[in-house]
Amino acid sequence: MRTRRVLVLLCVGLLWPAAAAAERLVLSLSTNLVAVGSTYTGARLVAFGVIERDAQTVSRAGPYDVVVTVRGPREAVTIRRKERLGPIWLNRAQQKFVQVPSFLAVMSTRPLTEVASEIMRRRFRLGIEAVVSAPEFTIERGVEDDPFRTALVRLKGRERLYFENPRAVTFVAGEFFRAPIPLPATAPVGNYDVEVSLVADGIVVARRNASFELVKTGLEEQITEFARDRPVLSGFTAAGMALFFGWLASVIFRRD
Amino acid sequence: MQIYLPIAEMPVSILLLLAMGAAVGFVSGLFGIGGGFLMTPLLIFLGIPPAVAVATQSAQIAASSTTGTLAALRRDALDVKLALVLVGGGFVGTSLGVWFFAALRRAGQLELVIVLSYVTLFTVLGSLMLAESLREFWSSRRGVTRPRRRAGEHPAYLGLPFRMRFPRSRLYSSVIPILGLALTVGFIGAVLGIGGAFIIVPALLYLFRVPTTVVIGTSQAQVLCTALLAVVLQAALNGAVDIILALLLILGGVFGAQFGARAGRALRAELFRFLLAILILAVGLRFMIEIVVRPTEPYAIQEIRR
Repeated sequence: MRTRRVLVLLCVGLLWPAAAAAERLVLSLSTNLVAVGSTYTGARLVAFGVIERDAQTVSRAGPYDVVVTVRGPREAVTIRRKERLGPIWLNRAQQKFVQVPSFLAVMSTRPLTEVASEIMRRRFRLGIEAVVSAPEFTIERGVEDDPFRTALVRLKGRERLYFENPRAVTFVAGEFFRAPIPLPATAPVGNYDVEVSLVADGIVVARRNASFELVKTGLEEQITEFARDRPVLSGFTAAGMALFFGWLASVIFRRD
Repeated sequence: MQIYLPIAEMPVSILLLLAMGAAVGFVSGLFGIGGGFLMTPLLIFLGIPPAVAVATQSAQIAASSTTGTLAALRRDALDVKLALVLVGGGFVGTSLGVWFFAALRRAGQLELVIVLSYVTLFTVLGSLMLAESLREFWSSRRGVTRPRRRAGEHPAYLGLPFRMRFPRSRLYSSVIPILGLALTVGFIGAVLGIGGAFIIVPALLYLFRVPTTVVIGTSQAQVLCTALLAVVLQAALNGAVDIILALLLILGGVFGAQFGARAGRALRAELFRFLLAILILAVGLRFMIEIVVRPTEPYAIQEIRR
């Protein structure tokens, strides 16, 4: 009986400081639903967060860093490379990535190289490079695909769908931070995942997730549903519209 | 002024699309072609997904060719009989082309065939037409009148069996070469993703010596049928027709096509053939430059969203 109580006490004693040592993150997004209407030209969300500490929390030598990673809905992507064949350039080699975030933004308080070492960045998937070079990024194995991954990041970056901003996360007061999330108009509709990592002394000490959804509303939603649910009818509608306007123009411009 | 396109999933400038529709509509009304080979690259350049661009621009082609066909009907510049034969042959050719397309894709050689066909077709066709046009200009400047067709002189292929009379086109020919032409054009069109009117127009002009005005009207009627079929099939099978984008392109296109058709009537036949030759040659050269010059960005991305 006594040994058992001692064991329990020992366990509690071992666990207690560990549970109290870590900081807790509180996270909130300015909205959970972004509506896409006919005047939509992109959106801007803000993620707010608070680092919660108490008396038992271990003291940290350095300052806190916050890294916010936003991932858009997954998509399949094929990257093709043009190669020379005689006098002409043709798409020859290609690499498929089946589960790629359509949108990927990484915002932080400082440049990521200062936040954590490369090994830690890779382990905790901090930064675009770490996310893209992760083994789970593609199911294909044993392919020389590094140039294709680099090209993917470059091409996505050109469309402003992949970007890093090392100054976007700011501490408003004490342990309260905010991170604006700019969404370009080309970011696809669907579910977006926001992951906030708290970094102290080069390692991630707390993590918190939230999500928001980009949805079509009003006329845009109705048109999309019509095209999806009644494809044949929508085809005839488009054809009828073309015939009608073609006829209308010929009536307007008739001069005899 | 921006508007969000529901199927393409991106905002675009309304004025820019109206202007693009008008410009391509003008060229299409002028030459009696669909203009898809001009519109598709423009839309893709704007960032619209290629599948949506290809599918939606056929709605605009249908609208401007409706206007063109109606105008031609009123001026009696349309050979309905010839158009029907062309549509019939084209349908068979398109089906064969779709099958060939799938076979090439399985073999992994689609890209090569498409690029090489574009370059060969456009540069050869354009050069031949340009040479013919220049010869014409020279002889007219020296005051030599070259009869376009002497009485009783016909190419041998017109004399094959199953001869048919096309009074409006002043053509008495076997249907075999006409069906052959329509079949080839439908086939090439399906493989290259274009309507093919720019092959029909010169072929009717040079091979069958059909009068210019009738060629434009007839080709437009054929384009109308092909484009309507394409719109319905693209929407039904791929769901890739963006109604808002189609509406904007149509509004610009029908007006452009009107002015184009009017300009086309004012144009002399030699000048018409010369300009058409330049246009076709220019497109061919553009494709040639694209594949010969070292690309600044050798990588390209294709996203498949579900």
